[in-house]
Amino acid sequence: MKPAPFDYLRAASAEEALAALAEHGDEARILAGGQSLMPMLNMRLLQPRIIVDVSAIAELGKIDARDGHLAVGASVTQSGLMASSDLATRSPLLAGALPWVGHFQTRNRGTVCGSVAHADPSAEIPLCLVALEGEVVLRSARRRRTVVAETFFIGPLTTLRKPDEMIEAVRFRLPKPGAGHAFREVAMRHGDFAITACAAVVDADRIRLAVGGVGDRPVARNWPILKGDALDDALNAFAWELGGDDDQHATARYRRDLVRRVGRLVIEEARSCQA
Amino acid sequence: MTALTKAPSELAPAAAAPVSAALIGQPIPRLEDAAILTGQARYTDDLPIKPGTLHAAILRSPHAHAEILGIDVQAARAMKGVAAVVTGEDAKRFAAPFLVGVRAPMEHWCLAVDRVRYPGEPVAVVLADDRYLAEDALDRIEVRYRPLPVVMSIDQALSGDGEPLHPAVGSNIVNTRPFGYGDVNAAFEAAEHRISTTVQYPRNSCTPMECFVVMADYDQADGAYEVLSNFSGPFAIHPVMAKALKVPGSKLRLKLPPNSGGSFGNKQAVFPYIVIMGVCARVAGRPVKWVEDRLEHLMAATSATARRTDLEAAVSGDGRILGLRMEQTDDVGAYLRAPEPASLYRNHGNLTGAYRIPALDVVNRLAVTNKTPTGLNRGFGGGQLYFAIERLMHRIAVTLGLDPLDVIRRNLVPAAEMPYTTASGGILDSGDFLAAVEAATTDGGLDELKARRDKARAEGRLYGIGYAAIVEPSISNMGYITTVLTADERRKAGPKNGAQASATVSVDPTGGVTVTVASAPQGQGHRTVLSQVVAEVFGLRLGDIAVNTEFDTAKDAWSIAAGNYSSRFAGAVAGTAHIAATRLRDKLAKLAASQLNVTPEDIRFAGGRVFAAGNPDNSLSFSRVAAAGHWSPGTLADGTEAALRETAFWTPPPLKAPTEADIINSSACYGFVFDICAVEIDPVTAQVRIDKYVTMHDAGRILNPLMVEGQILGAFAHAVGTALYEEYAYGSDGRFLSGTFADYLVPTACEVPVPVMLHRESPSPFTPLGAKGVGEGNSMSTPVCIANAVADALGMDISTLPLTPARIAALIEKPEVARPASLDAAPPKAPAIAGGRGLQGEGTRTVPASPEQVWAILLDPKELAALLPGCDALDLAGPNAYRAEVVVGIGPVRARYLAEVELTDLDPPRALTLSGRGSSALGFGEGSGHVTLEATADGTRVVYRYDAAVGGKVAAVGGRMLDSATRMLIGQFFDRLIARAGGPAAVETSPSLLTRLLRLLGLRP
Repeated sequence: MKPAPFDYLRAASAEEALAALAEHGDEARILAGGQSLMPMLNMRLLQPRIIVDVSAIAELGKIDARDGHLAVGASVTQSGLMASSDLATRSPLLAGALPWVGHFQTRNRGTVCGSVAHADPSAEIPLCLVALEGEVVLRSARRRRTVVAETFFIGPLTTLRKPDEMIEAVRFRLPKPGAGHAFREVAMRHGDFAITACAAVVDADRIRLAVGGVGDRPVARNWPILKGDALDDALNAFAWELGGDDDQHATARYRRDLVRRVGRLVIEEARSCQA
Repeated sequence: MTALTKAPSELAPAAAAPVSAALIGQPIPRLEDAAILTGQARYTDDLPIKPGTLHAAILRSPHAHAEILGIDVQAARAMKGVAAVVTGEDAKRFAAPFLVGVRAPMEHWCLAVDRVRYPGEPVAVVLADDRYLAEDALDRIEVRYRPLPVVMSIDQALSGDGEPLHPAVGSNIVNTRPFGYGDVNAAFEAAEHRISTTVQYPRNSCTPMECFVVMADYDQADGAYEVLSNFSGPFAIHPVMAKALKVPGSKLRLKLPPNSGGSFGNKQAVFPYIVIMGVCARVAGRPVKWVEDRLEHLMAATSATARRTDLEAAVSGDGRILGLRMEQTDDVGAYLRAPEPASLYRNHGNLTGAYRIPALDVVNRLAVTNKTPTGLNRGFGGGQLYFAIERLMHRIAVTLGLDPLDVIRRNLVPAAEMPYTTASGGILDSGDFLAAVEAATTDGGLDELKARRDKARAEGRLYGIGYAAIVEPSISNMGYITTVLTADERRKAGPKNGAQASATVSVDPTGGVTVTVASAPQGQGHRTVLSQVVAEVFGLRLGDIAVNTEFDTAKDAWSIAAGNYSSRFAGAVAGTAHIAATRLRDKLAKLAASQLNVTPEDIRFAGGRVFAAGNPDNSLSFSRVAAAGHWSPGTLADGTEAALRETAFWTPPPLKAPTEADIINSSACYGFVFDICAVEIDPVTAQVRIDKYVTMHDAGRILNPLMVEGQILGAFAHAVGTALYEEYAYGSDGRFLSGTFADYLVPTACEVPVPVMLHRESPSPFTPLGAKGVGEGNSMSTPVCIANAVADALGMDISTLPLTPARIAALIEKPEVARPASLDAAPPKAPAIAGGRGLQGEGTRTVPASPEQVWAILLDPKELAALLPGCDALDLAGPNAYRAEVVVGIGPVRARYLAEVELTDLDPPRALTLSGRGSSALGFGEGSGHVTLEATADGTRVVYRYDAAVGGKVAAVGGRMLDSATRMLIGQFFDRLIARAGGPAAVETSPSLLTRLLRLLGLRP
C-alpha cells in the first residue's frame, strides 16, 4: 500500500498545471482533493510519472452563477460548494445531493470537479451534472472547450477528457423558474457508493430523470408530464434500457426495481416542490 | 465518580480507621483512554526498530487455486535497495509445515510450495531498505501459474465434485466426526413433531483498525529467533510457530507490545507471518519488519468460518425439544490452520445453547475451500451455532403456531437445575435464565413493541420482533479442540485440558505496585480493571498500581493458555491477578504483624496504611511495609520470605479433558444473553431499520459496569455488521471481491443504534471473582436475533446472512415487470446470482464486410493485434497462438499484461473461439469468447458470447465495475473491427484494406 515513485508539482497557476499536462500527457494525473486518487495511488492501480496538484490555484477556487449556470472551479471542495451562499436556491438538487457524497471528512477534501473527472458510475456529483444538463469546461495549454455532461461520461472511470486537458470548471444549469427537484439514493450504508441514485427535475412541460449506479455512467431521460401507468411504463422501459449488473452487493433486478420505485418517488417529490 | 478518583487516604478522618472505597464493581472510567485518545499510546508500528532493519513486502497469489510452475526473482533481486527475495524454496530449507489439528495429510507452508490455494496466499517476500523499494521489486517477480479448478462453497465440497485442494487427502471434506449423546432415536419416536432447518452462515471478520505487524530477528550464534509482534495468543500457537521454525520454544522469544489497535481474535492469525518473517530474517541475515496493509488484511489475514448447519428437532406438542440431530460443516478455507478447528469445537459443551435438550446427535465436518484460512474472531463459532439454534426455535414457534417467546421459555434450563450439565458435557455454572427473560421483557418494554407491531401491520407495514436466548461461553478449555480426535487418538496424544492463567504482582522499594499478566490488552481495559482489583486488595489508590501490559515469553510467566481470547480476561486473568495480589498481601501482613505485635489475621490494609484491626493507630504506611523486603531483608524473622513479588497460576477447576464418550466441558463458565429486536423493513428499498434492541446479560459478577457496557456495545456493533452488511465475498471463479472498506461494509455510527442494556449478576462459582466473559455474547446472539425479527416481519424463513436489501428484496419481490417489446436488442445476459460467478455476457454487432473478410481480419495477427485494446504486436507462439504485451486499462487504471492469445475451434468463415489470458502486477485476467459470423444484407452479423475471470488486486478493489469494464473492452474490440472492416470510422482506407485482406486470403492476386 505504497505508491510507486512519482514527481510532484504543486502548480501555482492553471498555466503551469496545463504546461505540465502538455508535457507529460497520459503520464500525468491531476490531484485536487485526492479522495479517489490517493487510495488508487497507494494501491498502485495508477502509476503516473507526475502528480500535478491544482488545489492551491486560487483562480480555480471560484463558484459563480452566471449565464444561466452555476460554475464550480477545479479546486472547489464539496463542502465548499455545500457551504456556498444560497445553494438551496441556486441549485436545490445539489443542495439535496451533496450530503450523500461520502462523509463530511471526505467532502472537506474531495472536490466537485475531481468527482466528475473520476467518473465513478455510482457517484452523486456526475449524476447531478447530467440531471441538470450541465457542462464540463476542459482546458489544455492550446485551447478551451466545453462538453455537454451527458456525452462527457463514456464508461466506468472513463470520460472524453484528453490527456493534456484539465477540467477547469463544471457548469450546473441554474433552475428554471417553477421547476421542482428531488434526489434520492439507496446505498448499503450512509456515505457508500450508491446502489442506485435518482435525480429528478420537473418543470411545466417536462420530466427529466437521471439515474446513477445502474449503467456504466449516469444516464438521463426526458419525458413529457407523464402520470400513472404511463409513468410506470416509461420508468420500466428506462430500467430495462439501463440493464444493470449483479455485483456482490446487489442484483441487476434489484437495481431495476429501484429505478422503477425510487425513480417514481423522486419524480413525485420534484413535482410536489414545483413552485 | 469524584469520590472514586480522590485518594482514599484523603477521605479517611485521622482518628478513625483508614478506609478505602470499594473498587471492584465500580464504574471507573478507563485509565488507558487518555493516552489512546490523545495519540500518546505507542503501537507496534510505532516502536523502534533495530539498526539495519529491512522492510518486507509480500507477493501474493492472484489465483484462488493454481500450480506454481516457476518463480523468477532475478530481476527483483537485482534492483537497487533489495537485499533478498524469499520464496517457498527458503521455507523448505529453514522451516517445516505448520502442525495441523486433525490427522490428515495436508501440508501448510508459511510460503506457498508448488501450489497456491487461496487468493492472497503469500508466494514470495521482498526485503529491501524501505517498503517502497520492496513494493517496486514485487512488480518484477515473475510467477508462472497453471490455474486449477476452484472449490468455492461448502456445498461444492460436500458434493464430492471438484479438484481436491490437498490431493493426498483425496477429498475436500478433510474430517468427519460423529458424536452421540443420549437416546436421540427414542426422542424422535416419542415426539409429536419433527422440525428441521438448514442455514448457511457467511464468511466475515471483525477487522481491527490496526493490521498485523511483525519485527523479526535471527541470532546466528544462538540459533534463536526474537520477534516483536501484535500477536494476541492463544500461546498454544507458540509451539506451532517454534516447530515451524524448527527450534525449541526457548529459541523463539516472542514479545508483545503494550498497546493494541484491536484484535477481536484476529491477531491470532499473525502467526504464519511471524514464521515467514523469521525465515526472512534468517535468509537475509538482518532484522526485518513487515506491516500488513488493509488490502492484505481483508483479502488474506483471516475470517470467521462459514458454516452450513442442518438441524432436525424432535418436538413435543407444546414446543419442547426432546432431541436434536445436528450436522455442522465448517468452511475452514484452504488450510486447517491452528487453532482451528476451534471455531467448530469451541461450543461443543454448549451445542444445545441455553436449553434443556437431553439427547443430541452431532456430525461435525471440516471442508476446505479456495478461500483464506479461518481463525479466531469475536464470538467465534457462537454466531454460527446460534444462527442455527435460534432460527430453529423461531421455526418451531411458527410451525406449531406458538409465540416464539413461549418456545424459548419452555426450553430454557430451569434455575433449580444449576449448575446444569448439558448433553455434551458443558456445565452451565449459574444463572436464572427464565427470570432474566422476564426482566428483559418487562424492563425492555416488550408490550409496547408488540403494540407498535400491531399498529404497523394494521397499516400494511413490514414490522417484526425477534428473540434470541443463548449462553455465552468464556475461558476455553484447552482440551476442547482435541474433541475432534477420536478417543483412541487422544489417548496416544496425551490428555489436554485446563486453561492456565498467570499474573504477577510485585512491590517496589517506594511502595509502588506493578502488575503483569499473560494477556495482551485489546480494549478490555487491562490497566483499569487490574488496577481496581489489585488496589482494592492492598487498600491503595488506583494510581498506586502500575499495570505493565507488555509481554515477553522469555521473561514472563505464561502457559499455552496465555493470551487474550475466549473472553478470559475478567473471569480468568483479573481473577488470577486477585489471587497473586492476595498472596502478596498475606505475606506483607505477616511482616507487618511482627512489627505491630498483632497476629497476621488482625492486619488490615486501607487508605495506604497497614494497621491492626482493633487499634488503627497501631499502623505503618504501606510503602514502609512494602519496602522492608527491599531495604532490610536482614530484619525479617527467620524463615520469613521477603514479600517482593508473587506469581499466581490458576486454572478453572471444572475443565477436564474429553472423556472416552466425548463428553467435554468446553468452557469454564457460561453467561446468559437474552435479546429482543424490533425491525421495520422499507417496502421501497427492502432495507432493514432496527427500531429497538434490548439486550439482557448475566455475566456473573460485574467488575466494572462501564467496561461491561463498552464490551456489549462493541460486540453489538460487530453483530449488526454480521447481520446486515459484512461478508467476505468471492466470485464463483475464485476472485476475492471485498478488498477495501468500500466493499467490505463495516457499519458506522450512522448504522448502529444504541441498544437498551440490562444486567443481572449471578456470580460464577468457578472463577476467583465470580466474573464471566461478556464481550462476545452479542456477536453470538444479535445476528440471529435480527434475522428472527426480519423473519417475523416478512413471515418468511431466513437462512443466510447478511440481510442485504437485495437479498430481502429477492425474498419479497413479485415477478419482474416485463421488458417492453419496444426496446431493441436484449441486454447482455445477466447471470442469476449476485456475488457468485465469473463475468459473462453476450452481444451482437453488425460489421460492414462479408464473413470471409471478417474472418481474414481475425486470423491475421497484425490485424488482430490492432483490434486488441492496448496491444502493439502479437508474437507467434504456435498455430494461431500468440504472445503479447498488452496495456489494458479502464480510465486511468492501467497495467501491462503479459498475455497469451489463441484462436481455436476454427470453422471458417463461420465460427471461432478467441481466448486469452494475461497477468500483471494488478492481477490476472483470462477469458474466452465464442464468435459466430453470419452473412446479412449489411455485411456480417457477429454474435459473441464470453466468459471471463479476473483475479488479484483489480478484482478485490473494483468488483462492482468489472462487468461494465469487461463490456467496455469488448466494445472497443468490436468498434475497431467495424472500423477495420470498412465501418464509418475507416471508410477511406477500407478498399485498400479489403484488397490486402483478400490478397492474404488468396482470393485476389
